[in-house]
Amino acid sequence: MTNASVLEKPTATAGAAIDCNIDKIYYGKFLAVRDSNIAIEKGKITGFIGPSGCGKSTVLRSLNRMNDLIKGFKLEGNVHFHGQEIYDKGVDPVVVRRHIGMVFQQPNPFSMSIFDNVAFGLKLNRFKGDVEERVQHALTRAALWDEVKDKLKASGLSLSGGQQQRLCIARAVATQPSVLLMDEPCSALDPIATRRVEELMLELKNDYTIALVTHNMQQARRVADITAFFSVDISQGGRTGHLVEVGPTDQIFDAPQEKLTKQYIGGEFS
Amino acid sequence: MAFQLVLPDSKSVSQAPSPLAYAVDRTFFYAAAAGALAIILLVIYILWEIGGQALPAIGRSGASVLVNTQWDVQNSSFGILPQIWGTLYSSLMALLIGGFIGVSIAIFLTQDFLPHSLATVFRTLIEMLAAIPSVVFGLWGIFVVIPFVRPAADWLHDAAGFIPFFSTSLSGPGMLPAVIVLSIMILPTVAAISQDAIGLVPYKIKEAAYGLGATRWEAILKVILPTASGGISSALVLGFGRALGETMALAMLIGNANQISLSLFSPATTLAALLASNFPEAGAIERQALMYAALVLLAITLVVNVAGTLILLWTSRKMAKA
Ligand SMILES: Nc1ncnc2c1ncn2[C@@H]1O[C@H](COP(=O)(O)OP(=O)(O)OP(=O)(O)O)[C@@H](O)[C@H]1O
Ligand SMILES: [Mg+2]
Repeated sequence: MTNASVLEKPTATAGAAIDCNIDKIYYGKFLAVRDSNIAIEKGKITGFIGPSGCGKSTVLRSLNRMNDLIKGFKLEGNVHFHGQEIYDKGVDPVVVRRHIGMVFQQPNPFSMSIFDNVAFGLKLNRFKGDVEERVQHALTRAALWDEVKDKLKASGLSLSGGQQQRLCIARAVATQPSVLLMDEPCSALDPIATRRVEELMLELKNDYTIALVTHNMQQARRVADITAFFSVDISQGGRTGHLVEVGPTDQIFDAPQEKLTKQYIGGEFS
Repeated sequence: MAFQLVLPDSKSVSQAPSPLAYAVDRTFFYAAAAGALAIILLVIYILWEIGGQALPAIGRSGASVLVNTQWDVQNSSFGILPQIWGTLYSSLMALLIGGFIGVSIAIFLTQDFLPHSLATVFRTLIEMLAAIPSVVFGLWGIFVVIPFVRPAADWLHDAAGFIPFFSTSLSGPGMLPAVIVLSIMILPTVAAISQDAIGLVPYKIKEAAYGLGATRWEAILKVILPTASGGISSALVLGFGRALGETMALAMLIGNANQISLSLFSPATTLAALLASNFPEAGAIERQALMYAALVLLAITLVVNVAGTLILLWTSRKMAKA
């Protein structure tokens, strides 16, 4: 790599943990997302908002190569993680996912004990330190410790839906990945747990970088430093999602530059 | 007659199910109950018949049959310890080999190692193994397996004869060819049921494992197999049950020798083989003893199945424990 090739990338942002330049994402023949360039900035929370089906999850999942599991997935463009192209030939997606953690829309604990669920990532990464302390720390951060501290041996599946989701958050943060991708992490949570998870995100962002998909505009407003608005265009017959506008959260909500954004924020979206 | 909720000026189309729907409901319940009851009665009847015919033998020799090693018609001394040993030994070995291969095949066919269409072809092929008649397996064992394993068996006996498993030489039929064929016979059962069990693991669980950065094998061994463990253990139990009861191929391959040996190369015998080979020419006394042996085989199968069900219950309870 010469200096010239670095200079050729005008979109590369200095403080970006992930710099994502998506030209096209296909599922088979279906063009799901086009032209979306976002920098996920270090130590900040980047919120993804937009109508259902506009490709928020698709973009988020392409940031840690989760989409590689889907047959027919194809990405044109590039995604840089601290300057390294994660779609390069020699890159092992497994390693990428160990550094870029993920919390899914639906709670998906393993059918093992609560403790083992949280310790799972630690064991994968051959963590040599105090596992118990890490597990407790992660559960505390996920606002679940008080509820489960007396039954760490019980199955993760024995928890309620909202508790399971917090367990999954604890599982994801236990290894302290440098970036955390969260796909509507609060959609199964009550308002109290939602607030606690939001507090967690705000606390985590001191050490980590977070990208968050949410349908809850208030949530984006409350926690996101930067907001990216996606939309679908149905003009060319398909339903292709794309990034409409990205900027500081206040600006997106109070002074959006694009008409589409204004309509969506104002609730007049069809 | 049916219960109705009457609401004031309702515009809703909601209404109670029709009398016919209720009638169909009831009919299905009684049909299902009758079917279940019939199975239970059938099992009890079989036990009753066999038990009744075995009763004189039980009265004559009691539990000594279980420890006696001779099957001597002249002296009316009937012992089935070698048969019990042979049945359990061959079935356990087959479970070990066939179970391992069967579960491996299930993993191979469900975890995207193969293109989907190819996996379907493989799956059908393996299921077709189940349709091959036992006697064909027996013939195949005699004409293919035995000549094929003989050089290896001779070599192992020469080189490592001090190990109990290889302590005799393979002279033809024996435990090893029987176990090999038996493993293949239980393969379709184990593979098919394990595949279903693995297929039932929700996609989101797999996704969670990969999302944490598990490699494919870590995901399979640490998450997918444990999640499917209940179904896989029932696959193994069913395969074991199938091995216990297998008759024809074993009678052809195991050598029918009344002896107890750890060696894989020595001939042995099983309960089912004993029944199959001795029944046609048995006199009244021997027939009663054979019925006793049948009862023992039935008891072993029953114990295995009950144990399997308990394991299943235990694992599923452990998984869903409150
Ligand atoms: N595995 C898949 N295979 C094929 N098409 C898919 C797949 N996942 C998503 N899509 C398609 O890609 C488009 C974007 O989907 P995506 O899940 O990213 O939307 P989203 O913005 O996250 O929506 P929501 O807010 O409802 O979660 C949709 O048209 C969807 O049908
Ligand atoms: Mg989504």
